[in-house]
Amino acid sequence: MALYSEKVMDHFRNPRNVGVIEDADGVGTVGNAKCGDIMKMYLKIENDVIVDVKFETFGCGSAIASSSMATELIKGKPVSEALQLTNKAVAEALDGLPDYKMHCSVLAEEAIKAALEDYNHRKK
Amino acid sequence: MNVYADNAATTRLSPVALRAMLPYLENQYGNPSSLYSLGQRAKEAVETAREEIAAAIHAAPRELTFTSGGSEADNQALRTAAALGKKAGKTHIVSTAFEHHAVLHTLKALEREGFSVTLLDVHSDGLVRPDELAAALRDESCLVSIMYANNEIGTVQPIAELGAICRERGVLFHTDAVQAVGHLPIDAEAANVDLLSASAHKFHGPKGAGFLYARRGVRLQSLIEGGAQERGKRAGTENVAGIVGMAAALSERIPRMEQDAARVSALRDRLIAGLSEIPHAALNGDAARRLPGNVSFCFEGIEGESLLLLLDDRGICASSGSACTSGALDPSHVLLAIGRSHDVAHGSLRLTLGEDATEAEVDYIIQNVKEVVERLRGFSPVWRDLVSGKTPHIL
Ligand SMILES: Cc1ncc(COP(=O)(O)O)c(C=O)c1O
Repeated sequence: MALYSEKVMDHFRNPRNVGVIEDADGVGTVGNAKCGDIMKMYLKIENDVIVDVKFETFGCGSAIASSSMATELIKGKPVSEALQLTNKAVAEALDGLPDYKMHCSVLAEEAIKAALEDYNHRKK
Repeated sequence: MNVYADNAATTRLSPVALRAMLPYLENQYGNPSSLYSLGQRAKEAVETAREEIAAAIHAAPRELTFTSGGSEADNQALRTAAALGKKAGKTHIVSTAFEHHAVLHTLKALEREGFSVTLLDVHSDGLVRPDELAAALRDESCLVSIMYANNEIGTVQPIAELGAICRERGVLFHTDAVQAVGHLPIDAEAANVDLLSASAHKFHGPKGAGFLYARRGVRLQSLIEGGAQERGKRAGTENVAGIVGMAAALSERIPRMEQDAARVSALRDRLIAGLSEIPHAALNGDAARRLPGNVSFCFEGIEGESLLLLLDDRGICASSGSACTSGALDPSHVLLAIGRSHDVAHGSLRLTLGEDATEAEVDYIIQNVKEVVERLRGFSPVWRDLVSGKTPHIL
């Protein structure tokens, strides 16, 4: 039995949207190295639409795959829609995660939300 | 290329051991307790195995009790010494912070039952200091349990010296020698040990077989009640094929051990030198006083599970003390015990070479670990902060 689904392994081996956006409109970092997972999301937003997103992750296979999938799910979407992203949606899009790895999908949701919060904060 | 570099987890069954086992899984299926010859042949096989193993560790056959493996042997050793201690009004135990969980969890249980436990520091080099053991002993000490060689970082303790201290103070000395038996020369007599645990699958024997050595005069307490097998010290119909395979595997190792240890140690040092070229990486445990095949590193800025998965894609089997690989919250207690911080301990890699390892395999590992570490650091926010100077390097 494989540890992860093919989808997870695909996103882990070939993570989408890896990197940094230097002039990002919103940046969110969640997790801590002590626990073994840190995710950092960078958003480029125009007219309240996420036109670009990049991530950096320190963590296990499912943390990297969850970050990658989360960026795919919000890219090109309006901010209002991205705010609705749930960890369940991330996990489902990955064809499931082992129970003890579900927190990785939670972290991905939180990272996106932290970046959107940063964006809203900067707008004010 | 496929490289199995996780020999501390388990080893490949030796073909010699397999051939020795097969008759007892096929035609020689008798129960050693039965009086007809089919049963008696099985009994004879078990006793011959006992003699072979005893000879291999310089013990007497009756000092060996067969168990289901290392964990059971550890449990029985600790339970025995604790029961003997309690009878004499002694309820203090000394051990170390980086023992296998088979020992540490048993100690936790004994603490709940009223024993007090002192865990010795293993220092940044992963070695116990004999004077610190001497200082930790009390009049109420009934047991010292210190592993022969650590399963994660491979450090080898000065067992004979530690044993001598215990002997002088009249305290029972147990050593978990699961990682050492079959890899290092072991002389139960000269090592001053009273109790010693071993497990067959760590020296090319089958899984689910092990033994506990108990010096003459140390009466083992049975963990499993039932029949009179193993002279009443371990009930249950014997794992005949497993015991036979264990003896065959160990007998095969003994004459080759010295030569293999020298060759594997040289490969280990080549691997250590190669991985040391990776910036901000550090070897765990003393460089010289370690098992021939053990290489354990921490790399800053990356997490161990992702490292293992990418190495698996390249055909390399390895392990890590990262929490993510075990489903636990904390990284390896062994790495924490030698003073590694949590974040650095998450980025650990253990490579344990077998006797059949080659230079080409070692070079393949070095090349691929370098590439994979660089790749993961390439998108690690932790690494970015280290490189930019936002957080200071530890390694
Ligand atoms: C040091 C040490 N002690 C005990 C054990 C447990 O041995 P077994 O798997 O045979 O129960 C192991 C192996 O995992 C070990 O490495």
